[in-house]
Order: sequence, then structure tokens, then C-alpha cells
Amino acid sequence: MISEGIAVTGIGIISSIGNTVEENLYALQAGKHGLSRIANFPTRLQERIWVGEIKRSNEELADKLELSSPHAFTRTSLLGAFAARQALKSANINDVNQLRTGFISSTSVGGMDYTERYGSTYLISSEWHRYIPSHPAGDSSHKIAKYLGVKGLVTTVSTACSSAANAVMMGARLIHAGRLDRVIVGGTDALSKFTINGFHSLLILSDEPCQPFDNQRKGLNLGEGAAYLVLESQKTVKQQGKHVLAYLTGYGNANDAFHQTASSDDGEGAFLAMQKALTVAQLGPQEIDYVNVHGTATPNNDLSEGRAMQRIFKNKIPSFSSTKSFTGHALAAAGAIEAVYSILALQQGLVFPNLHFDTPMEELDMIPQTTVQHRSASHVLSNSFGFGGNCSSLIFSKA
Amino acid sequence: MKKSVFINGIGAVTTQGVWRTEFFSEARVLDHAITSAEQPSYKGLISPGAIRRMSRGMKMGIYAAQQALAEAAVTTPDAIITGTGLGCSEDSDKFLHSLWENDEQFLTPTSFIQSTHNTVAAQIALQLCCKGYNVTHVNGASSFESALLDTLLLLASGECKNVLLGGVDEVAEQTYAFLQAAGYIKEDGIQETVKNSVSPGINYAEGAHFFSMGASKTASSYAEIIDTTLQNELEVSETTSFLKDFLSTNDLRPDDLDAVILGYNGDEQDDLFYSAIQQTLPSGTPLYYKHLSGQFDSCSAFGLAAAAFILKYQTVPPIMYWNEKNPAKTTWKNILIYNQYKGKDHSLVFVRAC
Repeated sequence: MISEGIAVTGIGIISSIGNTVEENLYALQAGKHGLSRIANFPTRLQERIWVGEIKRSNEELADKLELSSPHAFTRTSLLGAFAARQALKSANINDVNQLRTGFISSTSVGGMDYTERYGSTYLISSEWHRYIPSHPAGDSSHKIAKYLGVKGLVTTVSTACSSAANAVMMGARLIHAGRLDRVIVGGTDALSKFTINGFHSLLILSDEPCQPFDNQRKGLNLGEGAAYLVLESQKTVKQQGKHVLAYLTGYGNANDAFHQTASSDDGEGAFLAMQKALTVAQLGPQEIDYVNVHGTATPNNDLSEGRAMQRIFKNKIPSFSSTKSFTGHALAAAGAIEAVYSILALQQGLVFPNLHFDTPMEELDMIPQTTVQHRSASHVLSNSFGFGGNCSSLIFSKA
Repeated sequence: MKKSVFINGIGAVTTQGVWRTEFFSEARVLDHAITSAEQPSYKGLISPGAIRRMSRGMKMGIYAAQQALAEAAVTTPDAIITGTGLGCSEDSDKFLHSLWENDEQFLTPTSFIQSTHNTVAAQIALQLCCKGYNVTHVNGASSFESALLDTLLLLASGECKNVLLGGVDEVAEQTYAFLQAAGYIKEDGIQETVKNSVSPGINYAEGAHFFSMGASKTASSYAEIIDTTLQNELEVSETTSFLKDFLSTNDLRPDDLDAVILGYNGDEQDDLFYSAIQQTLPSGTPLYYKHLSGQFDSCSAFGLAAAAFILKYQTVPPIMYWNEKNPAKTTWKNILIYNQYKGKDHSLVFVRAC
């Protein structure tokens, strides 16, 4: 049981709607989504899907990071380093090893974007061999940690689309246990042929900009991006007189134990994750002011998540929206991107719109927030669910 | 008040067969570049259709998990936590291959679905109908220890009473061929052991190791896990302070350790780290295991199983001695396990007899 929250003192983000926290906030307020046709690599699916792609090449990202060539940063590592650097800066941390500082990242793609590009040459030429050790998920965390100068507890979580939420949770629990003073947590994933084709083969990609919680929703849009939060213990915050952006007050993880890729009809895993998060935060459902839903816009997810929300909130469903209608679904990074948006919602007193919504779902009496809503919020719940039944919920509270 | 954490059951599918009493007495030293785990029969445990569809990692994981839970007499754990360095590579390889072969056409989703890193933990949850905490850690050579750390947090805080903890990595043809091309794995045809290794690269293998971890000591308990620590990178010269910090956190003196289980793998650079730790602990009997397990990201779980075995049965399998001559000891109380890979992902695990 948690008696006091963990302080969030820094945030950093790169997504298809902006390269900084400010740009992301501007786009969310202006209702400007980042969905487009894929441009960074050739694919047969180019004209068939929409993606939340970051219109910056790997070379541009590496330049921004001042990496010297040749390096073996994959796009996942580049995006991660880009966002994590911002988070440290926002938390005013100059000497990253001054306190016991950890780095817990998450990814699902890892270095697959380079393996799919160069893998077919590996056994005939050594030209691109430097990317072979970049393939495993953990390599991106190593590269980002080294880039930030973190020396200590560095690890990586991968629970498909709920990965970053679990990285945030793991970091918070390490601080609560007194093992760390502060920790940089989040996730990063790049678009790759592997994932777009994987989701395409599952027939859950929409050929239009996605419509979360709409009766006509046709599936999801994949996205890419990275986001990190700096979590600090209350003690560190007090000692250093740090400015607190928000508090992480609740978290819950549960498994749907229903199907490898589909969610249960009654959203059992989602229900349990939200319930646990509320218990940890010692909050009643009615105290949640806004839910940043997982809302992938697949027929299955939104119905299951909606039912789980009805079970939690009964007939008093708070304002909710899926910001995946802006960014697409950035897989392992989604939980961190949406954690940043949840914190912005608290700071700015805003509920961000759920774009492209038209018709309420016939099974549920639930309508998402479709325009920017100005309202002060004390507690925001953020949901992240993934393949394998992995369901996680985070609660952020106003500083 | 911090609670204790016990290993109450073990299950494994390894190059030495499945976990059993004769596991170490029947063990043989590996001398091939790549050795696959000896597969048990999955009949009765997994449906015939699933046996065909599932990768080796999934099957080995399900088997080892079942074995560990059965020994501890736990039906449904409160949480399932796994560690894997490469995840479900066999299915990743398959999907990637068909992507290349068919130029993004005619793809079927099965291998994609099964390619996510959390597939094994998810399948076990599905089989056990376990709705509790479920996380997969994927951080190279400290993937398993990351899962162990997570387990310690859950049990020591009282959040859970029983946690199923596991490490799984599988041989996947293409992925291992790439690692071989890059020099991580020895070349095919070379027959060297950890001890007589001269060629570059390491003998690789695969395996699944599961532990039924509990907050209470039971009749089946092997040992108590006191603590673990992780460190992303170190120079050889920094290993001593890394070790000493960990010992002092746990109120231990170097002399308190009866044995130290080292990850010697026959790679010249890697072994420098292990000998540095060995020299810092002159009174701890040095033991090794990668000549039996082979190298893979979660292979240090084999080291933990070995520590548990020694502490439970109060005997060291002779095949594990690193030195030829060893002091005669009759009781084994404190064991330290040290692992790293290529100077990265260092971990220490402190295990005590219970």
C-alpha cells in the first residue's frame, strides 16, 4: 500500500505530433493529428495504411544527438535517446550519477528495424555486422543509458503494448523499496516492416485514420515514438527542492488470461488493472477526472476496455479520450507517451479530444470527449493493454 | 519489515535434460558451438495442436513452470515474472523470413503473434488462468536477474505470497547464425569446452529455468534468496567495489561466503571479470556452470538452480568445481552468484541455506 506518491520531476517525448513536450501539447490542443502515409521506408503497405510516423530520418536524429559515425544506434535507440535527454533536462539533472539513479526502458521492436533491413546480408558480408548486437531489446536501453551517462541499475521491460506502463511501475516500486533515489522510466519503439506487416496479417490495421470508441471503427494505426519520465523519491525532492510536475500515485498490473491476442468480452484484465491502481492510490473511481484510455480503435479492444470501464465507474464514467487518434499506437512507447499526456492534462487542466469520433458504439452508453475540454483535474488514469493479456493502469495526480 | 523470499520449487529444460535429483551427477560437459536442450515429452501437458504450433521456448517454459509449481505444490501463483534476452526468436525468425521471401505478401499471423517477448509468460498465465501481475524483462544477460529483482520486490513487500519466476531463451537458427557471424558464438565444428577454449566465441545453448518463489518456508524449500543487484556496465577494475558495496549492504564479510558461482564461459575477456571477483573472495570455493548450461542470456538461472541444489542437499556436485583442489567443507551456508556478459549486465545474487 502506498502512503505517498512518487514525484515526476521531468518529462521528455518525441512522437508524430511533435519533437518536444511543447510541440505535443500544442498539437493536442489544436486537434492536429500526426497520421500520414509511411515515408521513411518503402513498403507494399504504403498506400494501404495510416501511421503516426516521425518525419525525421535516422541521420537527422543522429545529428541532433551529436552521435559520431559509425554508430550502431537503431531508430528505437535514437528516438529513445532523444526523448530521454529531454526528460533529464526537464528535471534539471546535470550529474546523472549524483544519486542512485536507474534507467528502466521498454521496447517491443528493439533493433528489428535494422535486422529487417540488413539481416539478409549478415551471412554474406560483414559490412553491417555492427548492427547484429543492436538487435536485442536490451541493447537500446544500454545505448540510451550510456548516452545519458547512467551507470547503475539499467533494465528493460517488454510486455508488448503495455511495456512502458510496466517500466514506469517497476521504477516506482524500486523507489518505494528504497533501492533507488530516482529513475528514468519509459519506452521507445520505431516503426518497422516487421510490426506493420504483423499487425496487417492480424487484420487489425485501419486503412483510414483510426476512430477510437466509434461504432464504425476499423482498426488501429501504428505509430512510433519515445517518452520518458524522471521519477524521484519524496526525500530527494525535498532535499533538492525540486519542482514536481505531478505525482504517480497508483499503478496496477493484471493479466486477462483469456487469449494471446484478443481481450476478454468483459475486460477482466483491464478491470483488475484499474482496480489495483485505484487501490494503490487509495482513490475511489469517482475521484478520477479523466481517463486516457488505451483505445486502439480495434473492435475488440475498445469494446473490452469500455466494458471494463463500465464495471469500474458504473454509470458515472469520467471524461475519456484516446490520444492514439493523434499519434497512432506506438506500441511499447504508448504507455509513456500517454503518461506524458496525462501529466499535461493535470498541469494544463485539459482533457484532450478523441479525434475522428462520429457514432457511439451500439453496445455501450459511452461517448469520448471529442473537443478540447478545459477543466481542472486532480487525478488522471492512463490505461495500457497488450498482447498476452498484459494490462496495466497508472494514476497520476496533480502536484 | 522486509520479508524473506524462498525458492520452494524448481523446474528446468536444459542441455542436461529436465530438472531431477540426478541432474548434476548425470551432467556432461558441453563441447559444441551450439547445443540444443534435451526436449522432454510434452504430451499430456500441452495439446497436440499446440505442440506443433508452439516454439521450443514456449514449450520448455510451460514444462519448467509446471515442474517448479508442482514441486512447491502451488496451483496458481500470485504473479508470473520472466526474463529473456532474445525473446521468442524462433517465431521472430520465421516471420522475418517470410517477410523477406514473399516481399510482404501472404503473411500469416501465427509467428508474429508468438514473436512478442512476453509470449511465454502470457501462455503460462493462460494455462494457469493466472490473472495476477505478469511482466517480462528483456535486458541481455541480466534479464533473469531483472525478473528476480521484480520478484523480490513483490514478495518482500508482502504484495504476493507466491511468484512464478523464470528465465527462457531458445536456439533460433537464423538469430544464432547471425551471432555466430558476428563472432559471439564459436564456429561450427569447433570442439572446445569452457576450460580448454582457445578459439574466439562461446559455446551457446538454450534452456528454460523456473522457480516457484514463496514468502514462506515450506518442506520443499531449497534456499532463501537474500538480495540481488544489477549494474549496466563495469570495467574489470571496478568489480571489486561493486562486490564490496553489495556485501556491505547485506552485512556480509568476504569470509562469510562459502562458495561463489562464477559465469566463466571460456571467452578470454569475459573470464577476466570472473577471476577478478574470484580473487576478491579467496575463502569462497569457486564454482562454475556454463560448461554444463552453455551461454545464453538467461543461463545464469542455471547458476541459481545450482546454488539452490547445493544449499538444499549440502553437497557440491564435483563437476562444478572450478579448481582442481578444494578445501574440504561439510556445510554450505552462503553462496554468491556473479554473472555478466562482455562487460555488461553485471549481476550479483546472494543465496542462503534455509
